[in-house]
Amino acid sequence: MPGEVRIKVNEKSWKINSAPDTPLLYVLMNELQLQGPRFGCGLAQCGSCSVLVNGIETRSCVTPVSAVRDKSITTLEGLPAWYAAQKKLAKAPDLHPIQQAMIDEQAVQCGYCFNGMMIKASELLSKTPQPDEAQIRTAMNGHLCRCGTYPRVIKAIQRASRTMMAEVAR
Amino acid sequence: MNLPRRDFLKSGGALIIGFSLRESLLGQSHLDANSRPPIPGPPDAKQIDTWLAIHADNTATIFIGFAELGQGNSTALLQVAAEELDLDMSQLKTVRLDTSITPNQGGTYSSASIQRGGPQVRTAAAEARQALLQMASKNLNAPIDRLTVAKGVVSVNNNSAQSITYGALVGDKPFHLAFTGTAPVKTPAEFKVVGKRVVRNDIPDKVSGKYVYMQHVRVSEMLHGRVVRPRGQSAYGVGAKVLSVDEASIRNIPGARLIHKGDFIGVVAENEWDAVRAAAKLKVTWDMTPSLPGSAGLFESMRNAKSTDRVVVERGDIGIFGNAPHVVAKTAYHGPYQAHAPFGPNCALADVTADSAVVKCSTQDVYGTRNKLSAMLGMPPEKVRVQYYEGSGTYGHSCYDDVALASAILSQGAGKPVRLQFMRWDEHGWDNYGPAHVGEVRAAADAAGKIVAYEYHGWQHSWTLLETSEQLAYNKPGAEWPGSGAQGVNANALGGMYKIPNVRIVNHQISGAGYLKGGWLRSPLDLSFAFASEQAIDQLAYMLKMDPYEFRKSNIVDERWMGVLDAAAKAANWRPRRAAPARSAKVVRGHGIGLGTHLASYGGAVAEIEINKENGKIAIKHLYGAIDAGLVVNPAFVENQISGQLVQTASRMLKEEVTLSTTNVTSLDWNSYPILRFEECPEVTPVVVQRLDRKSSGAGEEVMAAAAAAIGNAFFDATGVRMREYPLTPARVLTALKQN
Repeated sequence: MPGEVRIKVNEKSWKINSAPDTPLLYVLMNELQLQGPRFGCGLAQCGSCSVLVNGIETRSCVTPVSAVRDKSITTLEGLPAWYAAQKKLAKAPDLHPIQQAMIDEQAVQCGYCFNGMMIKASELLSKTPQPDEAQIRTAMNGHLCRCGTYPRVIKAIQRASRTMMAEVAR
Repeated sequence: MNLPRRDFLKSGGALIIGFSLRESLLGQSHLDANSRPPIPGPPDAKQIDTWLAIHADNTATIFIGFAELGQGNSTALLQVAAEELDLDMSQLKTVRLDTSITPNQGGTYSSASIQRGGPQVRTAAAEARQALLQMASKNLNAPIDRLTVAKGVVSVNNNSAQSITYGALVGDKPFHLAFTGTAPVKTPAEFKVVGKRVVRNDIPDKVSGKYVYMQHVRVSEMLHGRVVRPRGQSAYGVGAKVLSVDEASIRNIPGARLIHKGDFIGVVAENEWDAVRAAAKLKVTWDMTPSLPGSAGLFESMRNAKSTDRVVVERGDIGIFGNAPHVVAKTAYHGPYQAHAPFGPNCALADVTADSAVVKCSTQDVYGTRNKLSAMLGMPPEKVRVQYYEGSGTYGHSCYDDVALASAILSQGAGKPVRLQFMRWDEHGWDNYGPAHVGEVRAAADAAGKIVAYEYHGWQHSWTLLETSEQLAYNKPGAEWPGSGAQGVNANALGGMYKIPNVRIVNHQISGAGYLKGGWLRSPLDLSFAFASEQAIDQLAYMLKMDPYEFRKSNIVDERWMGVLDAAAKAANWRPRRAAPARSAKVVRGHGIGLGTHLASYGGAVAEIEINKENGKIAIKHLYGAIDAGLVVNPAFVENQISGQLVQTASRMLKEEVTLSTTNVTSLDWNSYPILRFEECPEVTPVVVQRLDRKSSGAGEEVMAAAAAAIGNAFFDATGVRMREYPLTPARVLTALKQN
């Protein structure tokens, strides 16, 4: 029944009006009005709609909202706070290091796929703080980009890794 | 022109109102249209006030008619304005494209934002600066030649005690000046902002999630819509014919409603998921009579189709082919249909009432889309307002017009605003594909290494003029573009980079009625042209036992072609070579070089590839691409464009192919229409050949053809085998290797 599902998104709890079988993506876009996860294929093929569910990159377009009740969902908007919690920082930065690295590398073209790129990259960096290039390519292989930004995304992930390692060292 | 100060005071009735500094604009996403009172129809391009406004806080808004597509033009055009106005980039902003707000500069086509838009913005800004200096001269009581400007502050002899800001001179009041285009503009030696690596202003919001893409736009009272079509289009001339619709099949989805007009079928619902489910559940029987040649019969069908033939170039006498002693390379090549396949399918939001329409969409041309809507809805253009919101990269005429028209039909039928999101299969299956191409090339060189004759015949259909939604809803017959310009073969792309005395180039235009919908896909036809033409040129070098780079150099006289060829070769550290004969190793490597263009600029590329002869897999290891686009306003943006072009070319050459059965298109998603992935992505090296003294020309497409050719030539270098058809899939590679 609508209204029976509660989900936690970016550390805030929400009572959901949508039917339980509604894909999480539509709930995040329409009920919560978030702009990070976005529609790309509806088939879990491209990574446009990715969110973190308990820290694991998940395709929200094929995940019913009822499947993530009691789980912690992080969207692009919540990445800085998620990062701060992981690193036990006193205050969330404005941007997750991967977001800043995308700016520093001027990696973006149209930017539509970058939600998924940054969600996946943040998952990768949380598990493998210093990935080599082959590890980056393998981890990111399920995320498509039509503008051809892959080379700069790889550089941005390497840059974010350096930033994060420097933060640990401090 | 000397405008008395009192005229400015008199004209104080504010044409431009309501600016807020806090709206500091990033990309073209942030500003709402309130920055200027909407007027029906295009603002008058002959007025300075149409192009820019100076605000009391000493900032300026530049009104530009080109769409930010992720290429950075909304930043680069501000650089052009900043340069002429002597303003800092932080003092400038721009607004969303809107037929009631922004000037009509033509569509964002042919990578020509800077080529066509730059001069207009530049001269308008220069003219405004001239007027501002005249005002300052009176105000400061000093002759103009003693005035200097920095960051919008006009001073006498750089003396800050004797100064006044642009904002104080004209703040938020209109210039009321005719735009004559006669003000002198700065010379390259004076450039402070143009040519500099200013960072893109749209990126911060794109990474934080604040950027408003079309897919994010919602309005109150809005319904969600979906279209229902056969999965994959049939022949363009056929459209799609509904045999029956079972409205009862969606009765159990509350709030879902069928919108049925002619053969156009859609559903609307308050809840988006209900619209998605209803579109999936609605039972429609379509007439699926075979109408297409199918993938297997495509090229033969095209080659044998009745064609309208046009000699594009006839120079010298190609009868020379019959004369010895020449080496002759002669082959037929095939290029597939390829899809735009925007990463996020197109989306539009229409609010159509009895006598007006407002449509928000991701069109490359707000005025062009307005005209299409106006014609379809039977409303005068000034009653139709089109607003641009960036979607995902479109690379040409994807379904942005079609989704705009479809949303209008749904809104009209529902009597409410309707947001229509195309599904993946709508976009992949009903695209205006980059047309397939059959090219037959013959080239000859003499023993001294000079190309003496060149002949090219190209077969393809043109681009479709009618959008699917209008075709289906109004049962209109398909119509096509005339087949000229970028729709057919041209002398620039085909051998035009070389000095060849005897040339014949013939376009064979076939009717598109029995084929797929066609449209301009990034660097239209150029990849196919270069894949054919530059392999033939390469083959001549091989036959003459010459290095393909040196062979090209000895046939080029134009310094700009030479420039990009040299730049690509130098970046790749090119070593003289002659293609290897077939080698027995399992994995072989090759290097290839190529030239190409799209209409105006110059592209050169080198490819390094690796081929596994056992499984037929190609790994493109490194692509080097050089572009000469004249004066490059922002080299960093062009480098990013070159990188994107090289990766997209790798994708199009290795993987991309629209497949079709005899009834419909069958490549409908990323599995059936695969594109390049991270693990397959080559390293890329972009090179900008900066020419400050030359007019700016396009830089978003020009290196793709060169790279396509370089890949084909690298394959030959490694294997001694010429590939005649792309994409170079493992199956195709294995077949070709076996046959040779």
